[in-house]
Amino acid sequence: MSGEAGALIVAENLRAGYGGRVVLDDINLAIRPGEIVTIVGPNGSGKSTLLRALLGVIRPISGRVRLAPGLRIGYVPQRLAVDATLPMTVARFLSLPVRRSRAETAAALARVGVAGLEGRQLASLSGGQLQRVLLARALMSHPQILILDEPTQGLDQPGEAAFYRLIEEIRAETGAAVLLVSHDLHVVMSASDRVICLNGHICCEGTPQVVSEAPEYRALFGLGTGGALALYRHEHAHHHGPAHPAAACEAEEPDHA
Amino acid sequence: MPEPWLLRALLAGLGVAVAAGPLGAFVVWRRMAYFGDATAHAAILGVAIALGFGISVTAGTLAVALAMALAVSGLAERGHGMDAALGVIAHSALALGLVAVSFVQGVRVDLAAFLFGDILAVGPRDVAVIWSGAAGVALLLAWRWQALLTATLNDELAVSEGIDPRRERLVLTVALALMVAVALQVVGALLISAMLIVPATAARALSRSPETMAVWAVVLGALSVVAGLWGSLMWDTPAGPSIVTAAAVIFVALLPLGRRR
Repeated sequence: MSGEAGALIVAENLRAGYGGRVVLDDINLAIRPGEIVTIVGPNGSGKSTLLRALLGVIRPISGRVRLAPGLRIGYVPQRLAVDATLPMTVARFLSLPVRRSRAETAAALARVGVAGLEGRQLASLSGGQLQRVLLARALMSHPQILILDEPTQGLDQPGEAAFYRLIEEIRAETGAAVLLVSHDLHVVMSASDRVICLNGHICCEGTPQVVSEAPEYRALFGLGTGGALALYRHEHAHHHGPAHPAAACEAEEPDHA
Repeated sequence: MPEPWLLRALLAGLGVAVAAGPLGAFVVWRRMAYFGDATAHAAILGVAIALGFGISVTAGTLAVALAMALAVSGLAERGHGMDAALGVIAHSALALGLVAVSFVQGVRVDLAAFLFGDILAVGPRDVAVIWSGAAGVALLLAWRWQALLTATLNDELAVSEGIDPRRERLVLTVALALMVAVALQVVGALLISAMLIVPATAARALSRSPETMAVWAVVLGALSVVAGLWGSLMWDTPAGPSIVTAAAVIFVALLPLGRRR
């Protein structure tokens, strides 16, 4: 895609995979400052591969990924498997890889709603606490973009909703862009400016129409699949060809909202 | 004042403990125990090559240990089934080393010294070599400490912070080769990974942060050296294995503390 001056992350004709096996093909996308972009797709659709390619953990087979010069990334991994042999307090973890003052650490923890956890061992945290600590660490460097890989896995639905509200608040406060990945299709709406449906390639992308403050919507959010099913059905119905225009996605959504 | 040879033995052992503490912590955290084994076993091949070509044994073991460590981490990166592959490589290198040593003409080689170390025979130059190597390892790890820890936790997280996990792996690989080269004379090829793993694992029970664990690993390693040497003199037992036995006793003694976690 052209004309992406000012974008934080751009992927051009990206093809990526492992050991000659192509997992992702023909990926063109750009993440601009301040926007929230959600990537959804079923398991095995290449979401993690896309993140790894954007971060630079794996090299593209062809095409390229460009990051804005000096881009500060706050990355929240899907999970953090802390080996039982590695003692690590929350405060120590927040000082990786850059040493932070006690005040900075306390402020970051308070911001994400887990004040006072400094002295706890990472391994002793609940799933929800760990998720927030991971987010606090990502915020320490005042990132221009937050990248979150399946951030709400293992949270219950109220926990999930609260976590996404927090992400929205942080975006509003800091102006950081947010790129998040989910297989959990009913969370695509809410705050996302754009949703990208992925299944080996970009099936469609567009503004989700389901965003609403209406009680019906909240009920939907709690119940799960209603809004998501729309995207899901769409995703599997179309043939796998070149990327579809954004309109393809948007046209289908209002029926289900 | 203890005898000079005993003082040298103590100094040599303490040098090994200083390097093995923090390095061993990383070996434990990253589950690289096999890796230490393979590198140490390959060092015997280095001894044979050094004797064959008439170069210094330390230089020979360092070169072979480094080559071995690089080969093994290269395999690991390509996602090979490490377990079996490492077994094949490590034991082949050890056997090949023993065969090669037997071909070296004119030199009477005390193989037991290389397999189990001969800490009571180290000379002043050896002590200097051991402490230079140990200081090198400790400084290397201190320099890369934050990046190493980050890369140990999560590859993607490290990359997002501008840290290359492959480079950090290389740092550990080089440190391990250096450690093996200098520790070979003290505890020998078969016990090097014991000095890496046992004190560090014992230190876990006493530690709440990575730094305290590394420091405790050094302290417990040093304690093992002192106790092992003492026991070896008392009961006329082989020094290297006595040091490792002392470390094992300390590990067992600290086990109940670890239960609290």
